[in-house]
Parts: sequence; structure tokens; C-alpha cells
Amino acid sequence: MTTVSPPTGTAVTRGRAQAPGPPRRARRRRVREAALGYLLVLPALGVFGIFVFYPFAANFRLALYRTPPYPGLPSHYVGLQQVGQVLSSSSFLQSLGSTALFVVMVVPTGLILGLLLAVAAYRRLRAMAVYRIIFSSTVVTSVAVSALIFGTLMDPVVGLLPWLGLNPSPPILENTTWALPAIAVMAVWQFLGLSFILMSAGLSAIPDDVLEAARVDGATDRTVFWRITVPLLSPTIFFGVVVATIYAFQTFGQVDILIGPTNAAFEHVNLLVYNILNTIEVNKTSGQAAVLSIVLFVLTLGVTLLQLRFLERRVHYGN
Amino acid sequence: MPSHRRRHPHFRRRSRHVVRYVLLTLGALVVLAPIYLTVVNSLLPVSALAQRPPPLVPTSPQWGDYATAWSQGDLGVYLRNSAIQTGVIVAGQLTTSILAAYAFAFLRFPLRRVLFVVFLATLMIPFEVTLVTNTTTISDFGWYNTFQGLTVPFLATGFGTFLVRQAFLQIPRDLREAATLDGYGHLRFLLRVAVPLARPALGALGVFSFLAAWNQYLWPLVVTGNGNGVRTVQIGLKLLQGTQVSHLNVALAGTVIAVVPLLVLLVGFQKHLVRSLTGGAVK
Repeated sequence: MTTVSPPTGTAVTRGRAQAPGPPRRARRRRVREAALGYLLVLPALGVFGIFVFYPFAANFRLALYRTPPYPGLPSHYVGLQQVGQVLSSSSFLQSLGSTALFVVMVVPTGLILGLLLAVAAYRRLRAMAVYRIIFSSTVVTSVAVSALIFGTLMDPVVGLLPWLGLNPSPPILENTTWALPAIAVMAVWQFLGLSFILMSAGLSAIPDDVLEAARVDGATDRTVFWRITVPLLSPTIFFGVVVATIYAFQTFGQVDILIGPTNAAFEHVNLLVYNILNTIEVNKTSGQAAVLSIVLFVLTLGVTLLQLRFLERRVHYGN
Repeated sequence: MPSHRRRHPHFRRRSRHVVRYVLLTLGALVVLAPIYLTVVNSLLPVSALAQRPPPLVPTSPQWGDYATAWSQGDLGVYLRNSAIQTGVIVAGQLTTSILAAYAFAFLRFPLRRVLFVVFLATLMIPFEVTLVTNTTTISDFGWYNTFQGLTVPFLATGFGTFLVRQAFLQIPRDLREAATLDGYGHLRFLLRVAVPLARPALGALGVFSFLAAWNQYLWPLVVTGNGNGVRTVQIGLKLLQGTQVSHLNVALAGTVIAVVPLLVLLVGFQKHLVRSLTGGAVK
């Protein structure tokens, strides 16, 4: 793993040869510097190679092979046939639909609530530090914590919903209509802290004198918010959309803990990552799981690229 | 000029502040209510859980639930496992990020730019996408239900390397040259100058890694599926959720225990956390 000297040697001789001082010593020093460079990069590169790039690339090969339903049998090449089969299967389409619906529920709600809290907590007033800590607090909660907290609050026996007059039947987490919104509530609550932190950082980057100038000119709070804060915040908001969308794409823990594959509502909350996990762990069909993984990657990449394009157009607001 | 506004500026401002505080407090109540109710419920006897209206203050706190969660729920073991897993990941990410960032910031070698792009490319690949083959790799290595399996895939981070490199690039060139004139080698410069000067970035990365590692769910679920020797607290919570209602308060006590270290972290390291979460992305 540590034989890195040959490439350095050749590459360095190709580089600029004229250096101050005795040429041979300078060259030796450069070779040693390069060797050290590779040595320092190597640990991280090794981890990335084995656990990021190799498994990522392997998806594209696995997707072409079908794994038999019985363990121990060899998988065989089926080409793109399996890809088409998975992509047109009703379970995939339903999973994709639920995921899209989930994104629509979580992203705008999470970002708008975060922005409102950030705007409310922005002024330098007394005790604001306490409010900021409270508003960011959910950033430290995990999916398991949020699942247990909300699972209890939404429990048909000990939960608060019946008392509040909300008593869907079947119970909310077994209800084909309400299970997904219930998971979305948990996700929004858990995302709120991050949303607040991002929006606050964006707000604090807006120069105070711009806002002051508008107020001196007689602009109302509402005008200042819509005409100045929101446009100047647009890069942050776009960034927030990407972060929130990726967060929503990757949600599945609450479903795993509170709902699970035997639940009546399962088909309606089978979010993409949960679908991947079950395809690996329960169905043990790695080829199909690989196809789903590629879909997840393409979706994530698409959102990121979309945001970059938006930002390129909008970023001129700042300067 | 709206002159009526000038007349009672003090009054107007004060009434506005009151409205703002009311809104802030309302927001805080909504955000905190789920956690608060969980703490209260964890201290109630099971019989009081279904009481309506829900008790807002535990009149006779049942601290025994915490003891039960700790011992019977194996929470003590899970917390220890989480501490080891998190500690290894944080230390590993800091180390590999510092080393690689040093190379990218201070050393010249062929393919440096290409390699840096390769590091950044890891940010485009969500971990979930690599799950299929990573499970096979871990099983080929015989790393199921081991700390290696839990931690090694996370011992490097493109984001962390980027963050530390940015901090290293802020170090003035003069300082580097002065250190060289003083006979500092790379190692001494790294340990005595670069790392101390990059402390804010390293703090941010440390807090971020801690949070991410402690709250990991997918990977611990996959690799510690059938052995509780190295099971982390998040998976422990999943198992507690599966228990009967008669043990619900114990499960909630477990939840509180799992989240408290992080709330302490938040209060103590809020600045670092905010810096890492917004790391250069905003502005």
C-alpha cells in the first residue's frame, strides 16, 4: 500500500526542471515532498476507494445480474432486463411516489418554519441566545429519538391524539392515509433545528445597513421581508432546498422503528431507502437493490445540479 | 415623513417587542413540547401515562425507570458502545482530514488537483447508495458485529478534508517561510503551527462528526443486526420501542438518556456546530 514512489519520479521529471540551487538536490527535495503528499492522502483515499467508489461503481455491474431467490445459487447476467423490470414494478413506482409525496410534505414546511423562527430570533434582544439554543435543539436528535418521542405521542392508547379529538381509525401509524404525514411531522420536527441554523446564518450575512436604509425610507416590516430579506436570502433558501430534499430522500428510520414491513400502511410509507434496505436484507436480491441505489443517486445528483444552475443565475444578488 | 410614528417611538417599539417575545415563546413551546412531554412521561408510573389531561409535572417522579432502562434495557452497554464507535470515528476523521488537508494545502505533487476533486466527489455519493456492496464487503472481511465494521467505513471524510484545507490555506505564507527558516520540518510545522491555528475548523469538524456518528442509524442497524456486543444506543432505542406498553416509560427514559449527551454538546459547542453545519455553504 505504500509503494508510491514510481509515479512521483516520472511525474516530477515532466514538471518544471529549472529550480534555484543545485538541480539534483532540488529535485530530490521535490520527489520527497511529492512522496509525503501521497502518503498523507493515502489513508483517506483508501477508505474512499473501498467504501465509497468501489461500492458505488459496483452498483452498475450488479444491476445487470439477477440474484436467485434462494441463497447460495450463483447470480447470472440478464443485462438491462432487470433494470426495466425494477423500474416498471408497481412496488418501485409506489415507493417513488411515496418518496416524492414525502419530499413535498417535508421540504417546504421544514424550510418555512425554520425561516420564520430565524426571522423571529434575529433581532439582538435580551434572552435571544436561549431561544436560539431551543430552536436549534432538534438538530441533535436522532431518527430513533424522534421516532420514540412521536411514536408515544401518536400512540392510540397512551398518546395525545385521541385526547385532542384526532382519532383516526385504523390508528394513525397503521392508517394508509395518515401514516406518511405522521412520519413527515417527525421529520419536519427533526429537521427544524438544521433549517433554523441555516436560515439564521443566511440572515446574518445580510448587511444591516441595507435593512436600516429601507426602514429609514419608510418600508414596512412586511415590505422589508419580501423585497429585501427573501431575495438576498435566495442562495441560502436554494441551498436549504437541496439539504432538505436530500434529507427527505434519505429518511427511513422512523418507518423502520414505528411501522415496519408487516404493517397495513407499509406500502404507503415504503420510502426509497427503506425499499433498498429491505431488498438487501429481506429479499436478498442485490441486483434489484443496486438498481434502486442508482435511482437514489440520480435523484440526489439531479437535485444538486438543479440547485447549482439556479445559484449561477441568482447569485449576482449578493455582490 | 410619517410624523405620527415619531411621536411614541418608545411605546411602539416596546409593544412590538412584546409581540415578538410572545411569538418566540410560542415557537419555543412547540419545538420543546415533544421533548418535555417525553421527560415527564419517563418519570410517570405506567398507570398515569393514559391520564387525561396529560400530567405536565411528574408529582412523584419514578427515577427507577432510568435505573431499569440502564440495566435491563442494556442501555449502559449500548452507551459504552456508542461512545467507542463515536470516539473512533471522530478521532479517525480528524486525523485523516488533517493529514490529507495538509498535503492539499502545503505540498506540491502531481495530480494534487485531481485527487482533491476525487475527495470532493465523495460528497456527491450518499452513503445509502453504497449500501449494497458495503454489506458484502463487511461480511467478506468478517466484520459483522465488530467495532471495525461499525467505524472503518467512516474514517475519512471529503467534507472534513475540505473544511480543514480551507483553514490551512488561511495560514499566511510568511509564517510557513519563517517556520522553514527556523528549521521546522513538515511534521513540526503541522503539529506546532498548522493544527493550533486551524483549531476553530477542527472544533467544528469534531462536533459535526460527533453528532453524525452518535446519531447514525442505517449502518449500525445493518452491521449489528444479530449481536448485541457492539450494538449502539440508537439500535437499543429501536429494541426498546418494540417492548410492551407496560415498559413504555422505560423506553422513554432510554430516549432521554440517549439524547442528553447531545443536548449538553449543543449548549457547550453551539458555535462550533453552527460553523460546521453552515461550513462555507452560506454566504
